[in-house]
Amino acid sequence: MIPAKFDYKPAESKEEALSLLAEYGDDAKLLAGGHSLLPLMKLRLATPEVVVDIGSVDDLSYITDKGDVIAIGALTKHRQVEQSDILKEHVPLLAHTASHVGDPQVRNRGTIGGSLCHGDPASDLPAAILATRATLVISGPSGDRTVTSDDFFTDFWETEVNEDELLTEILIPKYTGEKWGFEKFNRRAQDWAIVGCAVQGGDNPGIGMVNMGSTPVRAAEAENALRSGSSSEEVAGLADSGLTPPTDIHGNESYRRHLAKILVQRALDN
Amino acid sequence: MSYPTSMTINGTNYAKSVDPRTLLVHFIREECGLTGTHVGCDTSNCGACTVLLDGDAVKSCTVLAVQANNHKVTTVEGLASEDGAFSPVQEGFRQEHGLQCGYCTPGMLMAATALLKEIPKPTEEEIRQNLEGNLCRCTGYEMIVRSVQWAADNPDGVPVAIGESS
Repeated sequence: MIPAKFDYKPAESKEEALSLLAEYGDDAKLLAGGHSLLPLMKLRLATPEVVVDIGSVDDLSYITDKGDVIAIGALTKHRQVEQSDILKEHVPLLAHTASHVGDPQVRNRGTIGGSLCHGDPASDLPAAILATRATLVISGPSGDRTVTSDDFFTDFWETEVNEDELLTEILIPKYTGEKWGFEKFNRRAQDWAIVGCAVQGGDNPGIGMVNMGSTPVRAAEAENALRSGSSSEEVAGLADSGLTPPTDIHGNESYRRHLAKILVQRALDN
Repeated sequence: MSYPTSMTINGTNYAKSVDPRTLLVHFIREECGLTGTHVGCDTSNCGACTVLLDGDAVKSCTVLAVQANNHKVTTVEGLASEDGAFSPVQEGFRQEHGLQCGYCTPGMLMAATALLKEIPKPTEEEIRQNLEGNLCRCTGYEMIVRSVQWAADNPDGVPVAIGESS
């Protein structure tokens, strides 16, 4: 199983990648670690005419303490996020969530930016990005712009990043609270979550849900309950409120609603 | 369109011109003739195609050969020393009967090699977690876990040349 034919254009810098995107427009796809894009290309669900490989743009791979926020380069690999001492100290939810993505081989290749730009509601990291109230920096022909994680995921496999743009950085507020947790339920260790959740407490609590809608979504009503000091049982009882989980081969809508409540309670109690 | 691609595999440089859609596993097997690396599921689930890319375990069915351009690859053929002595992980799989049909074994060996480089004395739990990307349909994993434990307990291995019986 190999992808359909494409032209290969390696980019050595962000600027070179942007100029290649400007040249080829929607015929081109950015290749980072390739662990979302290549499976799609092998299944011929994606057939880009041009693949712009940004995998060796090293200056987009970093984790930096910037005072109130931690800045993560979009090409930082899951393994680096998982093992980062800075993140373990200041955004433990994200480091922990990264350790649950796929398996070690996948985490050695996949990048945080690639995962977010894939915009898959079944992915783990988008839920953590929502829960931690991250901001995303997108570079384009006219410079950088920032969007909140709430505005980033626009539709199924669709994000705010336009065809001539590139996600470059993720900015995450430091978390000083005690309560956080990530839970997912799946059949085998490396499978996609049937449902998952990333939960962070504090003054501005966040609960990001995996596979509970057509995009990565926040459980806003459960967050409000958490903010007002409700018990974990009451918060968890609202985990599916206002959400429209899908039905597929792994579970129907009511099963997902059930899982959402169980998992949010576990994330809050553990 | 073909793209000039060169990489060092097990210390030997291979320079080929390949279609950019060539997967790393196909480059290794078909362009370089190193057929120890297996294609299993071809969907990044089973881990039979695991190789080391710059020392990190990766699934070579989900890496393009061009992505490994100018990088270093280690395959199962690169584990034994030049005199044929098994690496500790290879010897562990022999001592503890860590394989039956052998199809998953190259991937298991590479994933276990990467694990022991990072965690020289892993717990059973750590071994199981770090091999979660490799599927075996024969052994039930018990002997594989014991094989990796043997390698951790015997970091110098036992120098028995390939082909000799003990």
